[in-house]
Amino acid sequence: MLLIACPWCGPRDQTEYTFVGDGTVRRPADSLGAGETEWLDWVFIRDNPRGPHKEIWQHASGCRRFLLVTRDTLTMRIERVESAVGAAVPGGRAQGAAA
Amino acid sequence: MTPPVDLAASHGAGASLAPRDAEPATHAAAHQPFRLARGGMVDRSRPLTFRFDGALLSGLAGDSLASALLANGVRLVGRSFKYHRPRGVLTAGSEEPNALVGLRRGARFEPNTRATVAELFEGLDAVSQHCWPSLGFDLGALNALLAPLIPAGFYYKTFMGPRGTGTGPWMFFERFIRRAAGLGRAPDAWPDPDAYDQRSIHVDVLVVGAGPAGLAAALAAGRAGARVLLADEQSALGGALLRDRATIDGRPADAWVAAAASELARMADVTVLPRTTVFGYYDHNFLSAVERVADHLPEPEPHRPRQRLWQIRAQQVVLATGAVERPIVFADNDRPGVMLASAARTYVNRYAVAPGCRAVVFGGHDDEYRTSAALAAAGITVAAVIDPRAAVGPGAAHARAGGSEILAGHVVTRALGGAGGVRAVEVTARAGGAPRRIDCDLVCMAGGWTPVVHLQSQSGPKPVWDQALAAFVPGAARQAERSAGAARGQIARSACLADGLAAGAAAAQAAGFGDGRAPTAPSVVESEDAPFEPIWHVPSRGGGKRFVDFQDDVTAEDVALAEREGFRSVEHLKRYTTLGMGTDQGKTANVNGLAIMAELRKLPIPGVGTTTFRPPYTPVTWGALAGREVGLHFNPIRRTAIHDWHVANGAPLQTAGLWLRPRWYVRRRNGRPETWQEASQREAVQVRNGVGICDVSTLGKIELQGPDVIELLNRVYCNGFSTLAVGKARYGLMLREDGLVLDDGTVARLAEDRIFLTTTTANAIKVMQHLEYYLQVVWPELRVQATSVTEQWTAIAVSGPQSRALLARLADADVGDASLPHMGVIHARVAGVPARIFRISFTGERAFEVNVPSDRGLHVWEALMAAGKDMDIMPYGLEAMGTMRIEKGHPAGAELDGRTTPDDLGMGRLVSTKKEFVGRRGLERPGLKDPARQKLVGLMPADRQSRLRGGMQVVADRKVGPPNETLGHTTSSAMSPTLGHPVALALVSGGLARRGERLWAVSPVTGMEVEVEVTAPCFVDPEGRRLHG
Repeated sequence: MLLIACPWCGPRDQTEYTFVGDGTVRRPADSLGAGETEWLDWVFIRDNPRGPHKEIWQHASGCRRFLLVTRDTLTMRIERVESAVGAAVPGGRAQGAAA
Repeated sequence: MTPPVDLAASHGAGASLAPRDAEPATHAAAHQPFRLARGGMVDRSRPLTFRFDGALLSGLAGDSLASALLANGVRLVGRSFKYHRPRGVLTAGSEEPNALVGLRRGARFEPNTRATVAELFEGLDAVSQHCWPSLGFDLGALNALLAPLIPAGFYYKTFMGPRGTGTGPWMFFERFIRRAAGLGRAPDAWPDPDAYDQRSIHVDVLVVGAGPAGLAAALAAGRAGARVLLADEQSALGGALLRDRATIDGRPADAWVAAAASELARMADVTVLPRTTVFGYYDHNFLSAVERVADHLPEPEPHRPRQRLWQIRAQQVVLATGAVERPIVFADNDRPGVMLASAARTYVNRYAVAPGCRAVVFGGHDDEYRTSAALAAAGITVAAVIDPRAAVGPGAAHARAGGSEILAGHVVTRALGGAGGVRAVEVTARAGGAPRRIDCDLVCMAGGWTPVVHLQSQSGPKPVWDQALAAFVPGAARQAERSAGAARGQIARSACLADGLAAGAAAAQAAGFGDGRAPTAPSVVESEDAPFEPIWHVPSRGGGKRFVDFQDDVTAEDVALAEREGFRSVEHLKRYTTLGMGTDQGKTANVNGLAIMAELRKLPIPGVGTTTFRPPYTPVTWGALAGREVGLHFNPIRRTAIHDWHVANGAPLQTAGLWLRPRWYVRRRNGRPETWQEASQREAVQVRNGVGICDVSTLGKIELQGPDVIELLNRVYCNGFSTLAVGKARYGLMLREDGLVLDDGTVARLAEDRIFLTTTTANAIKVMQHLEYYLQVVWPELRVQATSVTEQWTAIAVSGPQSRALLARLADADVGDASLPHMGVIHARVAGVPARIFRISFTGERAFEVNVPSDRGLHVWEALMAAGKDMDIMPYGLEAMGTMRIEKGHPAGAELDGRTTPDDLGMGRLVSTKKEFVGRRGLERPGLKDPARQKLVGLMPADRQSRLRGGMQVVADRKVGPPNETLGHTTSSAMSPTLGHPVALALVSGGLARRGERLWAVSPVTGMEVEVEVTAPCFVDPEGRRLHG
């Protein structure tokens, strides 16, 4: 069972969290005007990397914040947990850990 | 030491197989012919009686079931799984593949328990497995005669039908094969009367195994000040020290163990858990263990659990799990009386039991000489030590002095004997020559050691091959763990102690305690071993079966067959032959199997690979995993504030997610309780004609606050909200990005910056998460807060033509059409309680949803029931509500199935073209615009009376096929009280373009075939007149 360090609540068991999805995809700002590839990448296309990966988890049984978790899919090591605020904004990047 | 006087005599007479039922109980209970007169860690002052297959036997406190059986001369303990070969005790530990027994009776019956780890208690009732009609005479043993016909892969080959027939033959034969197969049997009574607990613990250092290395590690870590948990599967601490008479720091080993235990007991931050198996090593140093609190007792003490599951999060882990000895593969090596050399020493030294009276010891490891010495010291004749090594080391001198014959350069080629056990061995020089027969009733195999790397492998790495040890050892750590002692190939006693101390100190330091320096290791006097020569298997001279995996009846010939047929990789070998797939996970079998395959493929052993070990290390009962979460505690139960009233008024309940909802309210009719159809039809008719109330508190409720609430609504719903005025509500349809419907509900604007919305009961959590996701991750610029208020409000639907008249009696505000028109919202007091009244309808009648704080919900409900008495007010349940929504064609769960678009549901007009929203681009997908898509329609039986059901296939012609192309399926059905005949909703290709067509609704499963007419999905008041005015 993973131990995920919520920037707001501290280290908590995986059972408190809900896996949400890939943390590297961006929602096109103008979904109607976006190119086909850009839009398909947002809705359907997901990588399955072997190694470090950014994922979004929600601390569902805690503060309900969405977190950007950098997890190595091979070793299960979690290298970084930060706020996922704005993580799917095009060109944007997640803000730093809990302020 | 003098052997028991009657030892040889009773054994020779085959006492072990005599029908003990015939003997007087008192006599049997007093008689332990193979108990040694002295020594052991058993309590001779506490004799215990127990039963095996009904025979009354006796043992001593401190015995395992296996040692007690051996003490009584019982050598035949079970039959094997496939060939029903007679089997005895192979080991003295949890790696035992053979001696599987059922323990206890009735609801406490437990199958597949290893007799070698079951502690004896007064009155223990054990039965053997895999034998019919009895252990001594087993019809299944006929399989052994057929053995040449049942090779590996037999079932795959024989029952795979010829082309075209598929698995037909297997389907036919399966029931006969299943009857003869299987390990043990399930308890025939239930429920389990015992309780199982679960407990979580955080520690600095977890030490697994309390042998010399584990005890040393716990001492070192404990002295450094770390919080330590030490767990061991056995009842006594000491591990391998319980087996051999070692001397540590000039004291007997048991004195050193006792001193270590007492030091650990004095440390406040050290917890020692005997009888506790750490069975799983998961991510981030999370481990699971099961503590057998009461398995050694006839039944648990009052208020104590039978077992306790420990969930352990450890900063550092020390794996001191020891090693298991390997058997040697030679012909008929499964005869009762052939056992591991370490097991023989355990029975002699720990349990004071002679596992035989004339032994042959065989192996390429100097443990054979230690074993020979231990047996001789107990008075057991060691006829010969068979050493495949050409040169015999100094260890042999003692055995020779004891009068044993040493046969260097020889191997045991076959064990001779029958169901009663081994009677002799056939010994052959490796150089060749005629075999020689040596009489014996005990064969000890010293095939070298396999470190127990299971937990380490579970933690991530693959084990790596160590050529010098001829064994797999732990791979490079992936988690915060280290192995110590025999678990990493440090077999010698002195090495174990030093290694454990070092590992404990290092683990403590890594967890932030101490300087990492190991305490001084105690001194142990040990002789140097001659180099070990593994002997993986002895070629057959013809005849006999050479078992590799005893539990799964896999032989060396099966491995060779797998190789010939191309199942060469370790993963194929395992699945084709079932090698290592038993409940013992091949603890004694895997390495021998790999070595034989490697030899056949002319590869080094690591070239064949090794399989991944998975939890649990040893079998764990479901009870321990389930803990207290059984019966009513299996899931949390959500009850509405009016729940008790529903139950008191005759409502059966239906689960909806975690909620319990009333289905209908049973009244008496003509002196009998109503049927469900009568009750739900009565309720629906009353709502259509008068007034009824329904508890809809389970709907998801979310409040949104902030200046950007309308912008959020516009982005997450497909319909527009810019014009939603304060005090008004609107239906909302929410889509996923791919354009399919996610959920629907009502959206009410309570204030400029305040929205109250509902979701379906099933999707409440999903919708909340959906909104939070977009607010935090996608549109952080929107200033909106979302709060779930599902449980804060009781929601009561008041529905029917008289609903307004009823509400007017209790509300302190005008609920007339002018101030509260359809889709209006007001704040008022209802029955004195502050309420929000929404004029919305799910039934198609004039209706209101009254929301009041949950703690006042029952009060308002009862006030409504009382105020409507003269209107014949009735509560209505899910069934009546469903009937009325089907009559109105409102989509619900069965239609919102994750595959439908707004247009499929007849709501294409709702979709705004003036804004961007989640799902708009998705709706552009060509596939979603296909006119042949399945769309919502109504169906009526052509004869206006045949019943319809949900899930029927809709076809053009019932007589076609199979295959008969489906046009769609019915989603919901009901008996319409308004129309007086059954109706259904369906998703049908082409949708309303088929209006007026005659189709068939069929159910090949039930045989139903109903001709139906396609109609609009709304059967009642399509203009919606009843909603208004």
